[in-house]
Amino acid sequence: MSTAPLPLHNISRLENFGHSLKRVAYVFRPEHTDELPALFEQAGRAGLTIGLRGAGRSYGDAALNAGHIVLDLRGLTRILDWDADTGIIRAEPGVTIEQLWRHALPQGWWPPVVPGTMFPTLGGCLAANIHGKNNWQAGPIGEHVLAFEAALPNGQQVTCSPQQNSELFYSMISGMGLLGVFTSITLQLKKVHSTHVRVTGWTQPNLAGMLAEVDANKDEDYIVGWLDGCARGSALGRGQLHRATYVHADEAPPTRSNLDLPASIMGIPKAILPPLMAPFVNNFGVGLVNFAKYTANRVLENHKSYLQSLVEFNFLLDYIPGWERIYGRNGLVQHQSFIPAAAAESVYREVLQLAQRRGLPPYLSVLKRHRPDKFLLSHAVDGYSLALDFRVPSDPARLVALAAELDAIVLAGGGRFYFAKDGMLSAEHTQQFLGAATLAKLSELKHQTDPQHLLQHDLFRRALAS
Amino acid sequence: MTNSTPLPSEAPLTRRKRAAVVGASSGIGAALVRRLAAEGYVVAALSRTAEPLHALANELNVGGETRAIPYAHDVTQLEQIPALLQQLVKEMGGLDLFVYCAGVMPKVEINEFDLQKDQDMLAVNLSGGIAWLGQVAALFQGQGSGHIVGISSVAGDRGRVLNPAYNASKAGLDTYLEALRNRLSRHGITVLTVRPGFVDTQILSNAPRSFGVISPQQCAAGIWKAIKAHKQVVYVPWWWRWLMLAVRNVPSFIFRRLSF
Repeated sequence: MSTAPLPLHNISRLENFGHSLKRVAYVFRPEHTDELPALFEQAGRAGLTIGLRGAGRSYGDAALNAGHIVLDLRGLTRILDWDADTGIIRAEPGVTIEQLWRHALPQGWWPPVVPGTMFPTLGGCLAANIHGKNNWQAGPIGEHVLAFEAALPNGQQVTCSPQQNSELFYSMISGMGLLGVFTSITLQLKKVHSTHVRVTGWTQPNLAGMLAEVDANKDEDYIVGWLDGCARGSALGRGQLHRATYVHADEAPPTRSNLDLPASIMGIPKAILPPLMAPFVNNFGVGLVNFAKYTANRVLENHKSYLQSLVEFNFLLDYIPGWERIYGRNGLVQHQSFIPAAAAESVYREVLQLAQRRGLPPYLSVLKRHRPDKFLLSHAVDGYSLALDFRVPSDPARLVALAAELDAIVLAGGGRFYFAKDGMLSAEHTQQFLGAATLAKLSELKHQTDPQHLLQHDLFRRALAS
Repeated sequence: MTNSTPLPSEAPLTRRKRAAVVGASSGIGAALVRRLAAEGYVVAALSRTAEPLHALANELNVGGETRAIPYAHDVTQLEQIPALLQQLVKEMGGLDLFVYCAGVMPKVEINEFDLQKDQDMLAVNLSGGIAWLGQVAALFQGQGSGHIVGISSVAGDRGRVLNPAYNASKAGLDTYLEALRNRLSRHGITVLTVRPGFVDTQILSNAPRSFGVISPQQCAAGIWKAIKAHKQVVYVPWWWRWLMLAVRNVPSFIFRRLSF
């Protein structure tokens, strides 16, 4: 196939969120969804594949497409319709969670499901079918999507909803951008009567306590646990829980003028925090910090209840911009596993102990409660998830080997994985987690919507290509 | 262009470095491919003649591991270069190191002025080099990283009686590399100019005389050392630097009376 090659000035080096992967690609940034068919055609002519990228907040390789084309969809940022009476919003896929809440919260509406950061795009959130700290209550974001329109690589434009083209609806949401490009997304927001939630924090001395408390509070509006990944022995899995409930207008003023995150934490300007934190980002320092955090909360803050803005409560990861840089030049990766409730304690005990034994304790560990959903590449189970942040060591092979061991433990416990986070799962382990029937369904749908297999990314070639 | 062996899937996070060597079928190029493969690189080996490339790839790709990927390519076919670079980047998933090693030096008699021989040298040594290096420079500038190596020659340091067009082609390449270095170092890219002396290759058989000859392996070892040290200009072997310093400073009224 001979054709004019793509211009080299489109070449750009892209990274994953954790800065642990660096890949080059020809980057194109459409400003309008009309440009998509021509871009598909151009890629086909050049014999290259297309990876879709929103804000680039995936921890793994979902938004990377080494040596091929990446469509940066952040130029598609129009809010197309907004009804403040019903809370129904229709927006382009490059609209971010931040854009969404800034648009809707002044009129009493909040995104029903948000991740721990406000920077991802709606398209990315749907592709990964993200969840929040309210997964047991609210399910994944896909359950709040009323409809979407998509441009398929086969040239078709489709509208999907739970009623119309429902198979594609339940597959493109969770489908990691492998079936088509969302061109508009219609989302039902949640009515809130205040910009604030009532938050209560308390500690638990071990893993069993943490799991029991997360389960006991699963019917709260939000529940999340932080674990000290460095604690050993009888203190293994100790940590702190936070639950939050929506409040009525009389309990907290409905509008506070400024909902931005604070510019300083405990009087320290945020910008200088990363260099202050960097010396502690090693096994010893994190052990110390985790111990101090756990002890301080146990002694000083236990069972205290306070009002916090929805923004502050939900977007913990955004407090310190660029915090992921403190992990140094090799970056970080996350390992998040989803385990059915009955097996969770033994699996997570084994996971934490193994990571510690290998000298790679998780530096940040977050526990959540989940329930199953009916999306094709679902990560959810009736159980828990434990998200572990690892610093990539100078010899990354150590961490890759640990991840493979952890994956085997998770699979033996009937567990699942989450492609927004995953960067290390092998094709073999992916087959075990998703099952042959799901992979056959994905392949069948891909042959319909994308017969040339134009939509690919590094994750697809690593874990999903059969 | 030939289609290539697909890369084996790699363990995540532990990506191997990618190199491309143009002029890889024999001499310094082949030795560099072997050296880079031994240092852990996956190497795209480009050359006009396909058979020695495939032999080289077969020699290196043992134990189920891809270390060298052969691409048949004639550097005088300038219009193929952009598409071939795109194919390389796609099939290797990126490029970290590029070596331009293609060079010809036909036998030229002391009184000979042969249009075809001169044009051949300019086409391979200079035009092909500028075409490849310019495209790779644009790629590396876009990705904000990369390492460029150009094989110049001590013959580029002065114009001499024996082979004017060869001198001119190497001097031109040398100056182009210097200009690239000045353009690209601000983008975090290293450009290494290599000026080998006499190396035991096919080219040497067309040289009227030689001394201090080293093997292509020794030359490749010297180049690898300079790559690792992020050097800008290197003479291989090192003593040519001092010899050429002297030669460059021989005044013209003497130099034009010499026959070397």
